Amino acid sequence: MRGRRFDITALPGFSAIAIGVFVVLYAPIVTIVVYSFNASNSVAVWGGFSFRWYEIAWENTQVQDATIRSLVVAVSAALISTTLATMAALGTTRRGRFKGQTFIYVMINQPLMVPEIVTAVALLIFFATIKVATGYQGLGYLILAHSAFCIPFAYLPIRARLEGMDLTLEIAAADLYATPWQTFRRVTLPLMAPGVAAGAMLAFVISLDDVIITEFVKSAGQDTLPTYMLGQLRRAVTPEVNAISTALLVLTVMLLTAFFLLTRRRD
Amino acid sequence: MSPSAIEIVDAAKVYGYGASAARALGGVSLGIRTGEFFTLLGPSGCGKTTLLRLIAGFEMPTEGTIHIGGKDMTAVPPNKRPVNTVFQSYALFPHLTARENIAFGLQMLGRPRDEVASEVEKMIALVKLEEMADRRPGQLSGGQQQRVALARALAPAPQVLLLDEPLSALDLKLRKEMQLELKRLQTETGITFVFVTHDQEEALTMSDRIGVMSGGRLLQVGAPREIYNRPVDRFVADFIGETNFIPAEARGDLVRVAGVDLSLPGAGNGPVTLAARPEQVRIGSNGPLPATLTRTVYFGTDTHCHMTLSDGTEIVARLQSPPSGDIGLRDGQGVRIDFAPGALQILEGA
Ligand SMILES: Nc1ncnc2c1ncn2[C@@H]1O[C@H](COP(=O)(O)OP(=O)(O)O)[C@@H](O)[C@H]1O
Ligand SMILES: [Mg+2]
Repeated sequence: MRGRRFDITALPGFSAIAIGVFVVLYAPIVTIVVYSFNASNSVAVWGGFSFRWYEIAWENTQVQDATIRSLVVAVSAALISTTLATMAALGTTRRGRFKGQTFIYVMINQPLMVPEIVTAVALLIFFATIKVATGYQGLGYLILAHSAFCIPFAYLPIRARLEGMDLTLEIAAADLYATPWQTFRRVTLPLMAPGVAAGAMLAFVISLDDVIITEFVKSAGQDTLPTYMLGQLRRAVTPEVNAISTALLVLTVMLLTAFFLLTRRRD
Repeated sequence: MSPSAIEIVDAAKVYGYGASAARALGGVSLGIRTGEFFTLLGPSGCGKTTLLRLIAGFEMPTEGTIHIGGKDMTAVPPNKRPVNTVFQSYALFPHLTARENIAFGLQMLGRPRDEVASEVEKMIALVKLEEMADRRPGQLSGGQQQRVALARALAPAPQVLLLDEPLSALDLKLRKEMQLELKRLQTETGITFVFVTHDQEEALTMSDRIGVMSGGRLLQVGAPREIYNRPVDRFVADFIGETNFIPAEARGDLVRVAGVDLSLPGAGNGPVTLAARPEQVRIGSNGPLPATLTRTVYFGTDTHCHMTLSDGTEIVARLQSPPSGDIGLRDGQGVRIDFAPGALQILEGA
């Protein structure tokens, strides 16, 4: 019998609301992408199609510096956080349930729950003390801060992958004469690899995109791409920012597509 | 060749600590002979898997010792024991092909490449997986995965093969096939099999010897005929096939059942419980024991006759169905019961 089950698509106005939501979500992004190809100096008036703002951004040494800094920080943070998250995920999933497991999950995922501005202020004060004590002013602070808040983003896909893996597999490997290291190398690692890759990509994207913590932690002249853009917008809005945003958008969408392909269950 | 493949002495296993501690195995002693097909039989939760895990080395016994091939292996890790396991869930490596799964053990033992390759081909032929050898486990049916798991465990030629309810996930027809297959593999390889099941028929048809377990204890060890015909107690008698339990009074070489004396040499004295298999109960016009037929149930090859004695004891007889399908008895009719010679068993602890 039709119509007995609750069907949300049958409610009045469903299509209108759905279309409205999509417009609100995507119209600003479409606008920024379209206007990044604007030939005119104005952000609001269309002056014909051109790659002009991409060329200007590409040749801007400040943009170049910020891009390189962003990549260095994001790659380092992704590597460090993924390594730590992998170890944490192995420890929390590969030996059955244990006492305090939920507590450990909460501890690991702390950066997801604490408001980012609180972490940012805390890091500012904490690092300021260290800067005074050591005199070190380098990128290390940014990398460390990014590594810390990227851990849960790297951890969650790795843990999901490991939880889907039968614990008996490692027992079977040991039964077939594999040493603990051989078991890890030949069974655990290859099976968890897609989760690790997905975790690293997510951590990279999250780091690349961060503004608040970076803004608080960076020393003078340590702008990343997002904080550089924020600085530009404070002065005057130029279409150059549209071009940089579009480039970032393309990179992020590519990485997230790869992430979803990796985490999709095949077997 | 040592006569004992496995020697377990007073093995006990307690899981967990303190208040949540659970005794899964309570002091089991057992010797398994080289080359035999030994079955651990018992209901779910009785400790069969725990005992197997102790032999494989996945768990350490809380008390007791385990010798394999004459060596003390109580504290030896699983990768150093000459024992392989066929897991209930198969536990095949999903990222490796059937062939790579089968090769795994030999590779870990560091065998030369060409030896591994030829052994693996032999195994693939032995379990008839030639067409499927390059598929991953996800592309194989349950029965095929089962064969890969078997070949993988057999390939390193272990002294002992442990099988934890390997057939329980298969449908009836495939299970019958695999029972024969397992028996054939055991005979061909000569490897000692320790097989776990909760299916009494499977245990009876496949094993050289059976160990019946309940509540973490080993109740009886013996050949299938011995276990079936001479069960030591009510649990074993009930678990292995159907049994009639008959309260009786023993007096010397006689037992008094519902007011009738039956001859049973060496019966002893006092109240006892007798056990008799339904197929050894006969119904005729001149048996010693009067009864009333209450119900007949037709099973195709057999017909089950439910009867009541004068003291209310219920007895079931299993008769072979005649060609007409009708055994010629009516419900409510008076009958006389007789037992085949040796059919009546006195149970311990009754
Ligand atoms: N890892 C474990 N932790 C705690 N209790 C367990 C564990 N494994 C088994 N048990 C308990 O030990 C008893 C025996 O289990 P098991 O050996 O798996 O029985 P079987 O294989 O005969 O079904 C059961 O009561 C079970 O709940
Ligand atoms: Mg079990």
